[in-house]
Amino acid sequence: MKQFKGRVVTPGEVTAEALVTKEGFNTLASFQMALQFGDKEVKCGDQNNADIHGKSMLRKALCLPQTIGSTTGGLVLYCACAMEKNPACMLFASHIDSLAAAGAVLADVWVDNITMPVIDCLGDEFLNYVKDGMKITVKADGTVEVE
Amino acid sequence: MFLTPEQQAILDGAKGETMAKVMKTLVMYGDAFEAEKLVPITSKYNHLVTSFGLKVMSPVYDLMQQLLDSGVVSDQKFSVDPRPVDKNVPASFLQNFVFKNFMYTKQDFYEKQLDKLGLLDKNAFTCACYLDEVGNKPKKDDVLSWAESSAVVYANSVLGARCNRNSGIIDIMGSIVGFVPYFGLLTDEGRKATWVIKVETTKKPEAQLLGSAIGMKVMEDVPFVVGLDKWIGDELNDAACAYLKDFGAATASNGAVGLYHIENLTPEAKEQGKALIAEGAKEYIIDDAELERVQANYPVIWKNPDAKPKLCFVGCPHLSLEQLKAWTDNVVSALEANGKKKVTIPTVFTAAPGVLEVFNKTEYAQKLKDAGVVTSYICPLMYMNNPLCKTMPVITSSNKLRTYTSARYYTDAQILETITGGKN
Repeated sequence: MKQFKGRVVTPGEVTAEALVTKEGFNTLASFQMALQFGDKEVKCGDQNNADIHGKSMLRKALCLPQTIGSTTGGLVLYCACAMEKNPACMLFASHIDSLAAAGAVLADVWVDNITMPVIDCLGDEFLNYVKDGMKITVKADGTVEVE
Repeated sequence: MFLTPEQQAILDGAKGETMAKVMKTLVMYGDAFEAEKLVPITSKYNHLVTSFGLKVMSPVYDLMQQLLDSGVVSDQKFSVDPRPVDKNVPASFLQNFVFKNFMYTKQDFYEKQLDKLGLLDKNAFTCACYLDEVGNKPKKDDVLSWAESSAVVYANSVLGARCNRNSGIIDIMGSIVGFVPYFGLLTDEGRKATWVIKVETTKKPEAQLLGSAIGMKVMEDVPFVVGLDKWIGDELNDAACAYLKDFGAATASNGAVGLYHIENLTPEAKEQGKALIAEGAKEYIIDDAELERVQANYPVIWKNPDAKPKLCFVGCPHLSLEQLKAWTDNVVSALEANGKKKVTIPTVFTAAPGVLEVFNKTEYAQKLKDAGVVTSYICPLMYMNNPLCKTMPVITSSNKLRTYTSARYYTDAQILETITGGKN
């Protein structure tokens, strides 16, 4: 088991299975088909992301460097949360980007009964260490345990 | 974050619970970036990214209704991204059925909401709102609360305005309170380049290919591009602006670029030169081989990679008037050279309603129509955003459309050759 310490963007505690992308996470490209056509597993639709294309994102601990792409990204993430199709948590190796921050904040302020902890600044070592399927535990203070 | 007494009062509920939540959203958003304060928006108009009444986006329309029901709207009028459907664009019976009955069932409802929220006018639907024919063109140093990645990167880079890559919903919330958090591309420090891109090609690089290569390399960083002025000049004329529009859209969608500087061309690069480059900036050299490598590595996800294209989209982001005219000339000449009267693949050129209105008054409009090309105000991305299109071989010269859909990317020259029967 290894521990990493990040910064809390939106708070919460959760345990989930890791889903790892080392490439930038394109929120619109990843979610659009799954949300639009009711994919119960919320499989990633981003053809450019070989790491997670076709893999289920639902209730996973999404480990990523940052998000990229369209500025609908934040509202797509907000919709995913409002529709309970969101990852269990989002764990950023780098500083969070403006689109992901918007989605996380919109969900936190405007969606009732949602807990999707978002932690950033976990460092490159975190993303190098974590692998798909590992058990992730997020603590309220931004500590992330990987085992 | 430091808040003025007025801002603090709004956060504390002086203007109602909904307005307090809007302010809380902006404060939390700013806190994520250690923003020290909120600064006033100074642009005349806003621009929103959300133009589509997708049934699945109900949480967005519910939120907008909360704002309207509470009387929480902006004093600022806005333009918005293109409409997702247009009956002029070729579509099968099944596609039309899906659009009307499953996907865009909220379109009329949402457009009524937009009208109440402050839509500029019924034609203000385009991603290229900054074009003269549309009229939402911010001034240098204006502070904006815009979204739409291609518009934000254009406003920052070509017009010298100041705007972060805001998400949809955040765009209208900033406009409602009249302030945005001060961080990132609003600050002088955040506008410094952390990459130097050296363009060393032997011919003018394709705008959308160059933008793609840079976007994928620098992600959300600010690039300072050297050597491009050799190909597109040192003056922001129509041709250079159109090039930068397409280049920027590719940097923003293939990566997350919100601002770029072009040496000797864009406003801040002209004023400050290499002083804009941050200490320790990384370097990326782009030559012909690198662009070939980038294009060759795009995934082809057509079921049959050798399928004959069934549809071609040009104009994502929307074409400028001069681009429409140039494409018309090129299509007419190529058809003549190939001994054809009309394009051999259904082809749609997309532009802002205001641009199309002017274009349709020119002699070019009839020529383009005679060549069999359809013009439309549609958003190609929204058109293709369904499983029926996933199996449809669509070609495009838009790297943004390629990124988000199954459309296959070709350069402008390759597209021209293909649609005019020079190549099957």
